[in-house]
Amino acid sequence: MIELYVLLAAMIVAALVAIEIKDLLAAAVALGIVGFSVAIMFILLQAPDLAIVQVVVETLTVVFFAAVILRTTNSDTTIAGRFRHELIFPTVMYVTFGLVFLVLVGRALAGLPEFGNPTMLVAREYIALGLERTGAANVVAAVILDFRGYDTLGEATVLFTAVIGVLTLMRRAGRRELTSENRN
Amino acid sequence: MIPYFACILLVLIGLYAVVTKRNIVRIIIGFSLVEYAINLFFALVGFKREGIPPIITELGQSRSNFVDPLPQALVLTAIVIGLATTALMLALAMRIYEKYRTFDITEIRRLRG
Repeated sequence: MIELYVLLAAMIVAALVAIEIKDLLAAAVALGIVGFSVAIMFILLQAPDLAIVQVVVETLTVVFFAAVILRTTNSDTTIAGRFRHELIFPTVMYVTFGLVFLVLVGRALAGLPEFGNPTMLVAREYIALGLERTGAANVVAAVILDFRGYDTLGEATVLFTAVIGVLTLMRRAGRRELTSENRN
Repeated sequence: MIPYFACILLVLIGLYAVVTKRNIVRIIIGFSLVEYAINLFFALVGFKREGIPPIITELGQSRSNFVDPLPQALVLTAIVIGLATTALMLALAMRIYEKYRTFDITEIRRLRG
């Protein structure tokens, strides 16, 4: 599993670059490095479906970021060397929350099974009955489309709501707006 | 346990960007980082040593060494929704830039009204 650790390290470094580099386009590319490392890690974790989806989604994410940045500006004017007073409160809140979060995560991870040894209480039944009940050779497909079909329906609702939001925001100016502009 | 902590670290890095950065695009990048970390965490929880992908390739095959398919099924839809919400945030950021000519959230607050 040495590849997994190398990729995790690469992912952390790319994430730090993404949030600190001055050029926004470079930050988007660094975000792409994080996403593609996650995709390769999905392959190592024996999740080919996730890897396929992650590669497609990550490509689209970087394209969206690049489209927005190229149409606006790629220089981040907010990164300044000098100390800023507005940053005190967020930083204090972040450190406080981070410490509480770490304590809670430490307690939660103690209750999880060791890495590489899942309990699979629910999944055991899906694996045993997936092919017979649903006819799907891929157990993941059997779970999302059959055993947990209502989950997928709800998530599809969220997906299309977000798409409607994007279309509403990106549409061209309405007819009324156009005519009033023409008059002026 | 080390992969789990790497995921937690990525969540904290993304949260740091969301809380302390003032550039809208960088805040969106922070949200995406948190999302990747959560997705990866689920895949890590379902991993089994010496496991194979949960796909039945021949009848009567032994299914005892499949990795956990449930977290994978949950993450599969979450990835796609992550793309849609990121696109929504980017569309909002672009409209904000068209109106205020800046990505700086403190400037946007000053220009209100």
